[in-house]
Amino acid sequence: MYTRLQRTYAPYVFISPFFLLFMFFGIFPMIFSIYVSLTSWDAVSGLGGMKFVGLDNYRFLFAEDTAFWNSVRQTAYIALISGLPQHLIAIPLAFMIHTGMKRMQGFVTAVYFAPFVTSVAAIAAVFGTLYSERSGILNWFILEVLNKIPLLNLVIPDDPVRWLGDRHMIPISIAILVIWRFTGWNVVLYLAGLQAIPQDLYEAAEVDGATTFERFRYITLPLLRPTMFTAVTFTIIGNMQLFAEPFLLVNTAGGTGNAGRTSVLYLWDNAFNNLLMGDAATQTWVLFAIIISLTAINNFIFAKIRND
Amino acid sequence: MSKISPGTLGIYALIAVGGLLMIVPLYFMVIFATQSRATIFSFPPPLLPGSFEQIVSNYNALMEMSKGLFWRVFWNSFYLAGVATVTTVFFSSLAGYGFAMYDFKGKNWLFNIVIATQAIPSSLNLIPFYLVMNLIGWINQPKALWFPGIASAFGIFLTRQYIQSAIPRELLDAARVDGCTEFGIFWRIVLPLIRPALGTLGLISFIGVWNEFVLQSLIFRNNETRTLQTLIRAISGGTTATNVDYGGLMMGTAITVLPLLLLFIFTSRQLIGGLTAGSVKS
Repeated sequence: MYTRLQRTYAPYVFISPFFLLFMFFGIFPMIFSIYVSLTSWDAVSGLGGMKFVGLDNYRFLFAEDTAFWNSVRQTAYIALISGLPQHLIAIPLAFMIHTGMKRMQGFVTAVYFAPFVTSVAAIAAVFGTLYSERSGILNWFILEVLNKIPLLNLVIPDDPVRWLGDRHMIPISIAILVIWRFTGWNVVLYLAGLQAIPQDLYEAAEVDGATTFERFRYITLPLLRPTMFTAVTFTIIGNMQLFAEPFLLVNTAGGTGNAGRTSVLYLWDNAFNNLLMGDAATQTWVLFAIIISLTAINNFIFAKIRND
Repeated sequence: MSKISPGTLGIYALIAVGGLLMIVPLYFMVIFATQSRATIFSFPPPLLPGSFEQIVSNYNALMEMSKGLFWRVFWNSFYLAGVATVTTVFFSSLAGYGFAMYDFKGKNWLFNIVIATQAIPSSLNLIPFYLVMNLIGWINQPKALWFPGIASAFGIFLTRQYIQSAIPRELLDAARVDGCTEFGIFWRIVLPLIRPALGTLGLISFIGVWNEFVLQSLIFRNNETRTLQTLIRAISGGTTATNVDYGGLMMGTAITVLPLLLLFIFTSRQLIGGLTAGSVKS
């Protein structure tokens, strides 16, 4: 009797930790934060300090909070300039590694993947020194090496680049760090996708006299579409929530002209520095809606490509 | 591939340059850790390691900037990542075993819920997470960071896959005939057989928790409880501060990054394989 009972209930017991924890640390906090978004609250005064304000926070966000929409614009811009290059580099790179390398494949993949195992706090500190305006390595390389090469010196700036000081450079500097961190991750995703493409397709194309580029264009790209969809979805969700890189490089205000202030940075600032929990919770949910919409658009685009 | 054409050579050159760009920041991190602040920011920049005296001096600067708590902080990170790894490996594989080896009512949609939770944007939980931890008084406590994650969706997915492909159900029936309890089967038969998957999951958990920055900055708010990630942030002052001893700071970042990089050198194949197995198929 006991044996049969424990066999029936055992699987429920085994999987229960996940669900209990998810309810308490996942579902409950989220429902709580929906309620918080309908209040005015500083969190310091305890639960008693909550004041119900209905949809006021949402009204404020849509009607008056230009700083939030500015942060959404900067986030989308940084997401694009740090996301697009990752895939434009990773797809051909994975193809080259996959088709052109045999014994070195594991080593080369590991080199590109290495940034993924480094801590963002540590590596942002390193990039901060490389970006140093007066005497960083990047400016040394630009001013003392590239600028000394004939012809090239016509297009290379003569003044130090203000990597983390200039409104237009800040998004680019953040993007470079993001690209450095995640291109290898995408290479690995695309390599896994490439390995799933049957080898005989390439061999048949080779018999028909297809060039490497033609094989890439007509076999690899179409068959890699499911991987591309997965990888692009990861990038959209991840990049629209960019936080650590700008936080570490240019602080919560996002640097000059708030150029690096992403939406998560903004809501973090509201929650933990300005103690506006209600507004921050509202911004969280609106950002969530924006991310959902973007992934839906991405779904739609990929579905359309497939049908054409 | 015995003949190497100019095109192939060009491709190799491109791959090499790209790979070099991945390594260069890590290389300079190590070089800077051995150089003085003045040398780090001189033209031309240092390309080779500094003297032994400078290394000692940077180490002392690091100890001073961390108020003598550096190794305490290092231990905090190690403890957090260690506890998180052991608990994640245990509870995730237990659930993975439940999903892989039993047929029970609601199994499919329960598993779909597990998978779906991975798609929730993590920033959605940022403020709620802090509020809950504040309510239950877990601010500054490591358990705030490892306890909620002891059964990870990724880990459940990974171990379930492995158990399904590696363990025949007849083996479990044989054990039952011998009087083994269901948990006994998991503990004595399944766990030893899925060691490679446990190793991969452990590796991924350890690296993930060690490097995690955002939640650690939310939870650890004083000198004694903080971890390496938040210490680096604190002493670099967001990299815009001007009076930081960069030699000491880079020593700190090198000590934070190099152990994992070393681990990665020996386990890259296993780690990359596990990460893609858990992500691409889901």
